Amino acid sequence: MKRALIPLIIFLVVVGFLFKGLFLNPREVPSPLVGKPAPQFSLARLDAADATFSPKEMLDKVWLLNTWASWCAACKDEHPLLVELAKSNFVPIIGLNYKDNNQDAQKWLDEAGNPYAINAVDADGRVGIDYGVYGVPETYVIDKKGLIAYKQIGPITMEALRDKIVPLIKQLQAQ
Amino acid sequence: MLNKLLNIFVACFLMHALSLNAQEAQPMQNNAAVEEQVQRLSTQLRCLVCQNQTLADSHAALAQDLVQEVREMATKGMSDQEIIDYLVARYGDFVRYRPPLKSSTVLLWLGPFALLVVGGFGLFLQLRRRQAMAADAPLTEEETRKVRELLNK
Repeated sequence: MKRALIPLIIFLVVVGFLFKGLFLNPREVPSPLVGKPAPQFSLARLDAADATFSPKEMLDKVWLLNTWASWCAACKDEHPLLVELAKSNFVPIIGLNYKDNNQDAQKWLDEAGNPYAINAVDADGRVGIDYGVYGVPETYVIDKKGLIAYKQIGPITMEALRDKIVPLIKQLQAQ
Repeated sequence: MLNKLLNIFVACFLMHALSLNAQEAQPMQNNAAVEEQVQRLSTQLRCLVCQNQTLADSHAALAQDLVQEVREMATKGMSDQEIIDYLVARYGDFVRYRPPLKSSTVLLWLGPFALLVVGGFGLFLQLRRRQAMAADAPLTEEETRKVRELLNK
C-alpha cells in the first residue's frame, strides 16, 4: 500500500514544480548590473542636439533612467504613469531614446506630454547594450552614488510603482 | 489546365530560389580569422529577444547589433573569453548558451547524473529482491514426471 503511493508522490512533486513554473516570466532576465555603477556615457540631447547628457550630472540625486522609443508600443502603455510621476516632482526622469528617429520622438512627446527632465539620444543602441537593454521599455533606478539599485523590465505598472519603485526611491533619497 | 498549374509551380519555385539568395548585406570583413571568431561566438551566445535562438540564428535587431559589437571586439583582438565576459557583465549568464558551472547551476549540471545514480541504485535493489524471491525450488518427483509427460506429447 505504502509502495503504491510513491509514484503518486513523485507525480505531485512534478506537478508542484510545473505549477510554480506557470507563474515565472522567462522574459525577465535578472540584470547583473544591479548594485553596480551605472555605465557612463555622453550623448546628445533630444531637445538640444549640441548639448550632451552624461549620468555624472546626476550624482547626489536619486533618478530614473527610462529607455523608450516612439516605435515601442509598450512604452506608450507606461507613458501616462511617467507623466503623472513627473508632475509630482518626486524623482527626475531621464529618457534614453533608444534607436529612434529624433523627429518621431519629438512628435510623440509633443502629442503625449513630456515626462523627461532630459532625453539622451542613443541612436545606434550602443549605450543600450552597455546597460544590458534587450527590449524597451526598461527603467533603471539609480542612487545618489550612481549605482543601479533596481531594474524594471518591461513597462512600469501601477503595482510596480506602488510596491517597489516608489518605496525604493524614498529609501534611497533618505540615505 | 495542367500546363497552367505547372507554370504556377515553376514560378513559385523560382521565387523561392530567389528569396534564398536575398540575404541582408553583411559588412565586408576581409579578416577571415575575425569572421571565424564572430561565427564561433555567435553560435554560443543567446539572443535575448528571441530566447531560444543564438545570435547567429536570430534576425532580431538586437541580435544583429550584438553580432556587430562582437565583430568590433574581435577586430580589436579580444579573446573569446574576454568578449563573453563583456557580454555577461551586461546581460548576465543567461546570454551564454552553455551556462557556467557555479553554485547556482550545480543542480543543472549534476542533476541528471544524480538521477541516474539514484535510479540505478533503485533498479539494483529491485533486481536483488526479485532474485531473492525466486529462489530455486527443486521439482518434486510428481512434477518431474508431469513435465516429462508434457514434453513427450
